Amino acid sequence: MSALAITVNGEPRSVAGPATLDDLLQHLGLDSRVVVVEHNRRIVRRPALGVTQLADGDAVEVVHFVGGG
Amino acid sequence: MTVAVPESALDAPLEIAGRVFRSRLMVGTGKYRSNQEMVAALEASGAEIVTVAVRRVNLDRRVEEGILHHLSPERYFLLANTAGCYSADEAIRYARLAREAGFNEFVKLEVIGDRETLLPDVDGLLEATRQLVREGFKVLAYTNDDLVTALRLEEAGAAAVMPLASPIGSGLGLLNPYGIRTIKRRLSVPVIVDAGVGTASDACVTMEQGVDGILMNTALAEARDSAGMARAMRLAVDAGRAAFLAGRMPRREIAVPSSPNLGMLE
Repeated sequence: MSALAITVNGEPRSVAGPATLDDLLQHLGLDSRVVVVEHNRRIVRRPALGVTQLADGDAVEVVHFVGGG
Repeated sequence: MTVAVPESALDAPLEIAGRVFRSRLMVGTGKYRSNQEMVAALEASGAEIVTVAVRRVNLDRRVEEGILHHLSPERYFLLANTAGCYSADEAIRYARLAREAGFNEFVKLEVIGDRETLLPDVDGLLEATRQLVREGFKVLAYTNDDLVTALRLEEAGAAAVMPLASPIGSGLGLLNPYGIRTIKRRLSVPVIVDAGVGTASDACVTMEQGVDGILMNTALAEARDSAGMARAMRLAVDAGRAAFLAGRMPRREIAVPSSPNLGMLE
């Protein structure tokens, strides 16, 4: 186990490694069915979230739909 | 005796990229005072297409801000926008994220060129349209009231062109009816007027130009009674469409009496 220093939505975060993107969403309390995840500028499809490992220095974006015109 | 005229005899349904929609009024979901007011306004509008934006999830959430907690994707056709994007690359990134949410391949493409007026960046808009069309998106392009840009967007493969009535959120109404009419006359793809409609008369006069539909947000969100204004807009869109189909009388600079000149008393 080692701590991974990553960036999530522009904020520095530390997560216990090894961890997948799915682990990160669970840690953040997010439902993978209503968010879309970008990992180092690449979109990760839902089925791949559980098999995509996080590495030190990774940048993750988690987005969803909000009200807009 | 009244004679019922079926709606279908008067008008064909709106079709965008092979998909048929029953309402010509589309509404945004931003800036409402509460989610309850938004949902009530959407219901009253009769809209089928509703727009949503893509934003970062707030990681220290005290309130649930995701729109899907309030809108049923079975009930409404979710049209994601790229609002807030100032370059083609940025808009393309947002469009890809939106499509990954898994609802449809439609995107309301905005590439903004100026922070004060929120007018579109025409170069960026054309570039993003071409790329997104290559990737299989159905692009509904938010543009200005310029015919040549509208023609270029159609050539680039846009599924619909969305010229503004006036700047986003301005409520100034239809500033260039001639421009909008000309765009509608020259394009084959649907023309949906997006932005600037402030009240029901604006919506009605816009539809009277012959366009295929209207998208609005602030006019409902900032009305004192959002659902009441949504109902007014639904009626105004229907009235404007019906008036366009009926064909208005010519404008004249002189009076023409409506009663006979003959048969007057000596």
